[in-house]
Amino acid sequence: MVDLWQGLSQAFWLVITADETLVEIALRSLRITLSALVLACLIALPLAAFLAVRRFRYRRFVIAVLNALMGLPPVVVGLVVYILLSRSGPLGALGLLFTPTAMIIAQMIIIVPLIASIAHQSLRDLWHDYHDLLISMNVTQTQKMMTLLWDARRALLTAALAGFGRGIGEVGAIMIVGGNIDNVTRVLTTAIALETGKGQFSLALALGFVLIALALAVNLAIHGLSRTEREGRW
Amino acid sequence: MRHRLILALGAILLAGKAQAADMMRMAVTTSFHNSGLSDVLLPAIREDLGLEVQLLVVGTGQALKLGQAGDVDAILVHSRAAEEAFVAEGHGTHRREIMYNDFVLIGPDDDPAGLSQAADVLQGLRRIAGAEATFVSRGDLSGTHNRELDLWAAADLEPEGFGRWYNAVGAGMGAALNTASGMGAYILSDRASWLNFGNKGNLVMLHSGDPFLFNQYAYLPVNPDRHRHVKHDLALRLEHWMTGERARDLINGHMIDGQMLFVFNATDPG
Repeated sequence: MVDLWQGLSQAFWLVITADETLVEIALRSLRITLSALVLACLIALPLAAFLAVRRFRYRRFVIAVLNALMGLPPVVVGLVVYILLSRSGPLGALGLLFTPTAMIIAQMIIIVPLIASIAHQSLRDLWHDYHDLLISMNVTQTQKMMTLLWDARRALLTAALAGFGRGIGEVGAIMIVGGNIDNVTRVLTTAIALETGKGQFSLALALGFVLIALALAVNLAIHGLSRTEREGRW
Repeated sequence: MRHRLILALGAILLAGKAQAADMMRMAVTTSFHNSGLSDVLLPAIREDLGLEVQLLVVGTGQALKLGQAGDVDAILVHSRAAEEAFVAEGHGTHRREIMYNDFVLIGPDDDPAGLSQAADVLQGLRRIAGAEATFVSRGDLSGTHNRELDLWAAADLEPEGFGRWYNAVGAGMGAALNTASGMGAYILSDRASWLNFGNKGNLVMLHSGDPFLFNQYAYLPVNPDRHRHVKHDLALRLEHWMTGERARDLINGHMIDGQMLFVFNATDPG
């Protein structure tokens, strides 16, 4: 219990004094996860819309696989990305291992199935409502997908936030592919793992509280941006 | 407001930090970092050589693996047999001894196995095994783990046959110390990690200063013939610095609670 209070007060002071290392690590966490999130959405949302409007033979199979991949173990993703990017691996020539780019790739792989699955769920329901109308208007496949994505934007926001949550709190994969290098690839979660390893529980906890606060702040900011819970339809 | 937030997000996404001109990667063992020595040496290296050394803090087993794959330019580890094999197999160009410290045996303060009365470390280990007192092993093929296995072998004991009192946790030094602290168990640690460890609980140092517990650290540049991209010239510059006077003074002068953690013992290149 002592550790918990010490952690809270230490977190408070770290934030109040805008500790330079902390700010840097927190911004790096944000940058990596937000980049991964943007890229993952660019893949996952069109994929979800495609799966909603298009009927093809292996559709059910693809959806089942996507759902299953939501539980992808990060540590395995990390290991696979590591082996691919290692200098002795197939993509070694790119020299991406132990860089923030490698961490973004790993996080992207982890959150694409999650975002696609949640997005597909809500798009499917909306497609049920829109199906007859859009068919009678004889719009193209792309127009159907765009309409669905725009009108379901609130639900898609939830999907994106779920992806963000999984990314920002993830440690297994980015520890392996990033290497937790000070000033380069150290983010909040890997710093917490490091401080725990040193037995510095209160500092580790302080970083943990900062991480939670950061996740909250991002969620609130995005809600503010999109004005959810304010207009007629939410 | 909305636009400003979007701008802020964009700025966060794009902001990247400029890299120093010379950068190399070195895999080091947890003890090098946990002892705080890296925080002393790295700024001095940046100052003297203009060289940014990026550290990958891992166990000796993984450090050797990273060197073998060419993912780092040099390694600094402490497991002599594994290092010599690394050089013999052509993964490293050579092995250069830099400094040493020692291992210590840690245990609960009530010392149920009577380790503190043991004449030497081998007798101490036999007492722990005889009493079947809870013991935590790294179990991760690190330098410390390899040494622990060597010590059991020297004491004519076989960890394979140990009962439930022997816990191989497969984790780094800090995580293993946390486990030992929680279980009130005996554990082998390097002195630096132990002194810098913040969650000691009721653990105390029970045995140290035995010749069997000597712990040599060596520097091995990765072989550029195997991996053309490794920065061998930078690795050699770093080696020159690490074996020089500035490094000697910094290493010998690094103390925790008035205790010297590492002793510099690099010799001139023969």
